Amino acid sequence: MGGGCLIELRNVSKTFITDHKIQALKDVNLHIPKGEIFGIIGQSGAGKSTLIRCVNGLEKPDTGEVIVDGVNMCKLNPVDLREARKRIGMIFQHFNLLASRTVAGNIAYPLEIAGVKRSAIKERVDELLHLVGLEDKANAYPRQLSGGQKQRVGIARALANRPQVLLCDEATSALDPETTKSVLHLLADINRKMGLTIVLITHEMAVIQEICDQVAVLDNGTIEEIGSVIEILARPRTDAAKRMVQGLISIQIPPELLERPKQSLTESCVLLKLKFIGSRVHEPVISGMLRKFSVEANILFGKIDQIKDIPFGVLLVEICGLPDQVEKAIAYMNEQGVETEVVTNG
Amino acid sequence: MGSTGLISILGRAVLETLAMVGISVIVAQAVGTPLGILLVVTEEGHILPNRWVNRSLGTIINIGRSIPFIILLVAVLPFTRFLVGTTIGTKGMIVPLTVAAIPFVARVVESALKEVDPGVIEAALAMGSTPLQIVCKVLIPEAFPGLVLGFILTAVSLIGYSAMAGVVGGGGLGDLAYRYGFQRNRIDITWYTVIILVVLVQLLQMFGSWLAKKLSH
Repeated sequence: MGGGCLIELRNVSKTFITDHKIQALKDVNLHIPKGEIFGIIGQSGAGKSTLIRCVNGLEKPDTGEVIVDGVNMCKLNPVDLREARKRIGMIFQHFNLLASRTVAGNIAYPLEIAGVKRSAIKERVDELLHLVGLEDKANAYPRQLSGGQKQRVGIARALANRPQVLLCDEATSALDPETTKSVLHLLADINRKMGLTIVLITHEMAVIQEICDQVAVLDNGTIEEIGSVIEILARPRTDAAKRMVQGLISIQIPPELLERPKQSLTESCVLLKLKFIGSRVHEPVISGMLRKFSVEANILFGKIDQIKDIPFGVLLVEICGLPDQVEKAIAYMNEQGVETEVVTNG
Repeated sequence: MGSTGLISILGRAVLETLAMVGISVIVAQAVGTPLGILLVVTEEGHILPNRWVNRSLGTIINIGRSIPFIILLVAVLPFTRFLVGTTIGTKGMIVPLTVAAIPFVARVVESALKEVDPGVIEAALAMGSTPLQIVCKVLIPEAFPGLVLGFILTAVSLIGYSAMAGVVGGGGLGDLAYRYGFQRNRIDITWYTVIILVVLVQLLQMFGSWLAKKLSH
């Protein structure tokens, strides 16, 4: 991951007054490092759109500061703000392409307004068409394109003036899962190749999981939690984060399993959810436990996933033995860095 | 009156109508388009919000739109004389027609431009466009088919207005129907003019729809 902080939000607050007051952002602080793919997740109405629009000055915060590459976006005059925006690309949920222009014309637009010479525009447009894999669609109109192709045009357009930052406003929310994946991979590719910093907002944890380095959880205008994706996925601390993670790596436990008699006279059985992160996945923690303590383990469910190259596993295990042995076994696994959670009804 | 006489009278009237309407609609479009653009961009939440300009312009346009044409025609007589040197005939008719059409064009342009997707305008802003670039490169091209249809709508309305030209001896088809058909009780001439007007409007509308469709991608 890149060097210093490229985007910084300091105590940003914003209230909209319509019929009644809506506080979209409450004292938001964020540091987005250069070269990262930074996700902001939240449900609709959480303030994501307002937050991302503060970065390029489409929204002005009521209080607080937005610093992009050392420039305070809130203090720029209109002329300088327009110049600053040329260094910040943006793509949108509904693509927002000019229907009156061809694909090539759409990609040329930001170059035209930046005063690039005609011959240079053509060259750059060809380059960008190649980058997003739409060389054969140069003369097509947006109406003739699929959603994924439209978003690729949006990406090419956003990158035309070689920005440092790309803002993605629910960029894959209007796409089907397959297309979402291919667009996300294109973004990850561009991030790697050009060191472009990407800020994306979404309501889908799957998008964050696919490409983000860090994620901030936004709820009701407040940043509830910030951390690496793996951290938030594995150990969500706040309710908001737990809500967003839910469903992704939660295990649906068949109710019959929970209803089994768990106690006999001498033995106690505990249903445990174990989470292995990173290198722990490769270590024989369970067999170690079985050797050390006189307990039995019955593996009921297992799943290993990969999040940004980091393996992430979940096991559902029933451990039976004398109560003190079971307790010690659990303590042992905690020592080994495996997270344990006793599963009760529900 | 022989049939050749009748044809030449009708032909002259058609040409007069076309000249009146043609010149008026072009001048009105030229003046009304910037006003329509101003109405849109000064609106709350658009690229150059300005409540004062928006309200005042809107009020002036509403006043212009609410004056009945026949009254406007008389009211602008001094202005007409000042501008074209006469208040009668086809020439004298062009000024009131244009004045009447300007507020109409402004509203038609306004509604066409309002059809432009706000998301596209936001994207243009995010790319660092100036307001002028947004007007010239986004609003007008994106709304162009709608603007063409609006132009035709104005022309058709002006054909109707131009029929009142009889009052000032303005010439054209309406004048013909009034003087020959009504005053001299020549029902046949009334019919001919009505038929010609219907065909004219029909052709104009067909052409406009075809052009708008051709222009939209």
